[in-house]
Amino acid sequence: MSFLNNYIYYIGAFGLISIGLYIILVKRNLIKVIIGLGILDTGVNLFLIAVGYITKGTAPIFSSPGIDPERMVDPVPQALVLTAIVIGVAVLALALSLAIRLYQHHGTLNLRKIRDQKW
Amino acid sequence: MIVFVSFLVVVMLVGAVAACVFRDLLSAVIAAALVSLIAAILFYLLQAPDVAMAEAAIGAALTAAIFIIAIRRTKRNEE
Amino acid sequence: MRRIASILLLIVVAIGISLSLAKIPFGATKTKVGRRYIDEGIRETGATNIVTSVVVNYRGFDTLGEVTVLFIAAIGLGAVLAGSAREKIRKTEPASLVLSTGCRLLFPLILLFGAYIFIHGHLTPGGGFQGGAIIASGFLLIYLGCRERRINRIASNLAESLGGLAFVVIGLLGISLGGYFLSNFLPKGEPNALLSAGIIPIIYVVVGVKVGSELASIIDNLIEES
Repeated sequence: MSFLNNYIYYIGAFGLISIGLYIILVKRNLIKVIIGLGILDTGVNLFLIAVGYITKGTAPIFSSPGIDPERMVDPVPQALVLTAIVIGVAVLALALSLAIRLYQHHGTLNLRKIRDQKW
Repeated sequence: MIVFVSFLVVVMLVGAVAACVFRDLLSAVIAAALVSLIAAILFYLLQAPDVAMAEAAIGAALTAAIFIIAIRRTKRNEE
Repeated sequence: MRRIASILLLIVVAIGISLSLAKIPFGATKTKVGRRYIDEGIRETGATNIVTSVVVNYRGFDTLGEVTVLFIAAIGLGAVLAGSAREKIRKTEPASLVLSTGCRLLFPLILLFGAYIFIHGHLTPGGGFQGGAIIASGFLLIYLGCRERRINRIASNLAESLGGLAFVVIGLLGISLGGYFLSNFLPKGEPNALLSAGIIPIIYVVVGVKVGSELASIIDNLIEES
C-alpha cells in the first residue's frame, strides 16, 4: 500500500507515455497517429508536475496573509508545463491542417498507401 | 484519498487504451478528451491550479473541437 | 516485421523509463531555485501568484518564445489551408430560435469571464493563456450555435498583431528604463491590490487578447465554408 501511495502518479504518467508511443509506432491512420501525439504530450506534462510535488504541500499563491511559505510546492515545473500545454495545442493544429491537405491530394489517409504512391 | 486517486488513474488508462482500440475516429477523440479531463483533475490534486485551468480549457475543449472539425473534412472511419 | 521491431523498441524504452522513475523520490524537496523564488517573490516583483511571477518576470523571455511559436503555428495553418478546396455547404436545417438566442445571450458573459481571469492573473490562479482559451471557447460557441455568423477577419488579425507588437515594445522600454530586456520598470505597489506588480498585469492583458484572437482565427480557418 505504501508503494502505491508513493508511485501512483508515476504509474499513470508512465502508462500514458507508453500508450502514446504505441499508437504512434503501430497505427496506420494519420489522424489516429495525431491523437497518439496528444496523449504522449499529456503524459509528459503529468510526469513533470508529479516530480515537483512536495508531500503535504500547498499551492504557491499568497492569497491571504497567513500562509506559511515553508510548505509550498515547487513553482518552476508549473511554469514550464504551462508553456508546454500551449505549444502542444499549436503543434496539433498545424499537424491537422497538413492531414487535411494530404487527404485532398491523395484521397486516403492510410499511411501505407500514401507511402507507396510515387508522387 | 489514495483509493480515489487510484480509481481516477485506472479510468484514465482505460480511456487511453480505448482511444487506441476504437475504429470510429469520433469515439477515439472523445476518449482522448476524457484523458485530458482526468489529467486536469490530477493536476488540481497535485496542488497546481494554474496548470489545471490551462489543461481543462485547452486540452479538453479546444483540442477536441479542432479534431472534430478536421474529421468532418476527411473520413470518419479508420481505413 | 515492422510490428515486431516497433514492439521491441517500445519494450526497451518502457524498461528504461521505469528503471529511472524508480530512483526519483516522490514528495521530497529537490531543487533550491524554487525555494528562492518563493522566499523573495513578493519583495522583488510584487505579485502574490508565484507561478505568474516566474512565467512573466523571472522567465519572461521564454514566454516571448512561446507567443512566437503560437504565432508561427497560426500563420502556417492559414498558409497550408489557403489553396485547398473549399467545403461545399451541406444541406442542414437552420438552428432553432431557442438555440441561437441562448448562444447570443451567453457570449458576452463568457467574454467577461475570460477577461476577469486574465486581468486578475497576478492575484488568483489564472493568467493570459487560460483567459485567452476561454475567450476562444466563446467564439466557438457562436460558430456552433448561430451558424451563419463569422468573426471579423480584419479585427482579429489586427488584435493578434498589435498584441505581439505591444509585448516586444514593453520589453524594449525595459531596456531604456531599467537596463535589461523586460525589466520591471513600473512601481510595485501594495501586494494583493489590483494595480500592483509593475508590468505583469499589462503583459498578461496583452497576451490574453493575443491568444484569444489567435485561437479563434485558427478555428475560423479550419471551418472555412464557401
